Amino acid sequence: MAFAIQFLIDVLSLGGAYALMALGLVIIYGILRLVNFAYGELIMVAGYTMFLTSGSGLPWLLMAVLAVAMAVVFGILTDYVAFRPVRAKSVTAVLITSFAFSNLLQNAALLFISPRPRNVPLPDIFSQTVSIGGAITPVRNLITIAASIVLLAAVAFLMRKTTLGIAMRAAATNFTMARMLGVPANLIISSAFALSGFLAGVVGLLWIGRIGTVVPGVGLEPLLVAFIATVIGGMRSLPGAVVGGFLLALIDTTLNYTLSQDLLKFRDAFTFSLVILILLWRPEGLIKGPASGQRT
Amino acid sequence: MLDVCDLSVSYGTIRAVRGISFTVGKGELVSLLGANGAGKSSTIKAIAGALKTSGGAVTLEGKDITSANPEQVIRAGLATVPETRDVFPDLTVAENLMLGAYIHRRDHAGNRENLDRLHTLFPRLAERASQAAGTLSGGEQQMLVIARALMARPSVLLLDEPSLGLAPAIVERIFEMIETLKKSGLTILLVEQNVNQALAVADRAYVMRLGAIVASGTADGIRSTSDLSAHYLGG
Repeated sequence: MAFAIQFLIDVLSLGGAYALMALGLVIIYGILRLVNFAYGELIMVAGYTMFLTSGSGLPWLLMAVLAVAMAVVFGILTDYVAFRPVRAKSVTAVLITSFAFSNLLQNAALLFISPRPRNVPLPDIFSQTVSIGGAITPVRNLITIAASIVLLAAVAFLMRKTTLGIAMRAAATNFTMARMLGVPANLIISSAFALSGFLAGVVGLLWIGRIGTVVPGVGLEPLLVAFIATVIGGMRSLPGAVVGGFLLALIDTTLNYTLSQDLLKFRDAFTFSLVILILLWRPEGLIKGPASGQRT
Repeated sequence: MLDVCDLSVSYGTIRAVRGISFTVGKGELVSLLGANGAGKSSTIKAIAGALKTSGGAVTLEGKDITSANPEQVIRAGLATVPETRDVFPDLTVAENLMLGAYIHRRDHAGNRENLDRLHTLFPRLAERASQAAGTLSGGEQQMLVIARALMARPSVLLLDEPSLGLAPAIVERIFEMIETLKKSGLTILLVEQNVNQALAVADRAYVMRLGAIVASGTADGIRSTSDLSAHYLGG
């Protein structure tokens, strides 16, 4: 019983974080048909904001809000710097500019802060453990689960019940038609980047909360995870991204529990093999997105 | 109301529309006729702001909308129903209609009133309000895109090939609907390949061929010109 609870908490907390990461990536992809490679750096920005404000004496919660806000600002900045100027030109151009922006941010962190890991302040509760039904688990796992439930519900509400969300879903299927109804293209795209930045910021807090430090390359793994989860789930479907995130977490956790110590260092090879199998079975991902799509 | 003056549209070196001029008066239903490839849809797209013009001017109620983007065109009062019948398939019928009223999104009372009126005009859409638009039949989708365009309360409606690919009985219904809209005083520019039906509802018509207007006049006048079929058959 304790084992089952432990396993479930591990899957849900990892899956919640993965699902949020994937959602942040797929929101941009759904609308622009472009992978934002600078997404990982938004997580990095949140981490360094925490580091830079750590000496300020601000309460932790305020620093966390600031960190998420900075991720949102940089998300919108990504749109203005890397996407908007070249959006109408070519897919290749946008791909390169998003790589360039990602590199720029990473190198700025290397140059102006440090290549070495920097400690990020965390409230004590992040390092405490609790016992649930005999299973001992870090409180941060429960925080991650709670945060992902709240955020997934909030995103679902935004996308289903608000005019902006419905307009974003419409723009994801047919951008030109949405514009012909008066939906402003720039508003939709900037909102998508802001939402993506918001998710990256929260993921940043949860992710960095696991490791306790921030380095310039901290965003690479979340970006990779988000990318794989969206590929499994279906690149253009928001529920798909969530399903993909949880499935990837299920695979990772199962492997963590079952592989022997010698094999554990090859975990990613096992994970990717399974991903390949899933894609052979469902090349378009588990959930098919909107039928047609076009870019601006 | 809508004045198109010397409008040209080019795709690279190919000139799809070659300096055409026409007008649509207030409350008038004007039809733009022509065979496939005559340049009708390019004209519509250019007016709607979805395609760049390479020359000429488009004015709506005296306001220049030649280089306006699609968002600005709809705000100026011109709504377009494209021939591709672009419903948002994953959104419900109600959500599709709600987005139609995007430019009036703060005017809840006005939108509700307009929605009630459209539901009486298109009762099917009321029945299927919570259904995904992609699950509707072709005819129902056509009604949805027309109703969605009307949610914007436009002063001019551009209808691009509303009968395309629909069964004759449905086409009949669509044209009855167009007739009703005309009677309500709406200004309509109707692009059609279906000459007889278009002329039956139109006040005036223009015939396009190879990107130019080759004939114009009242619906009756156009009907009686013997060379109409020649324009279609390419003779």
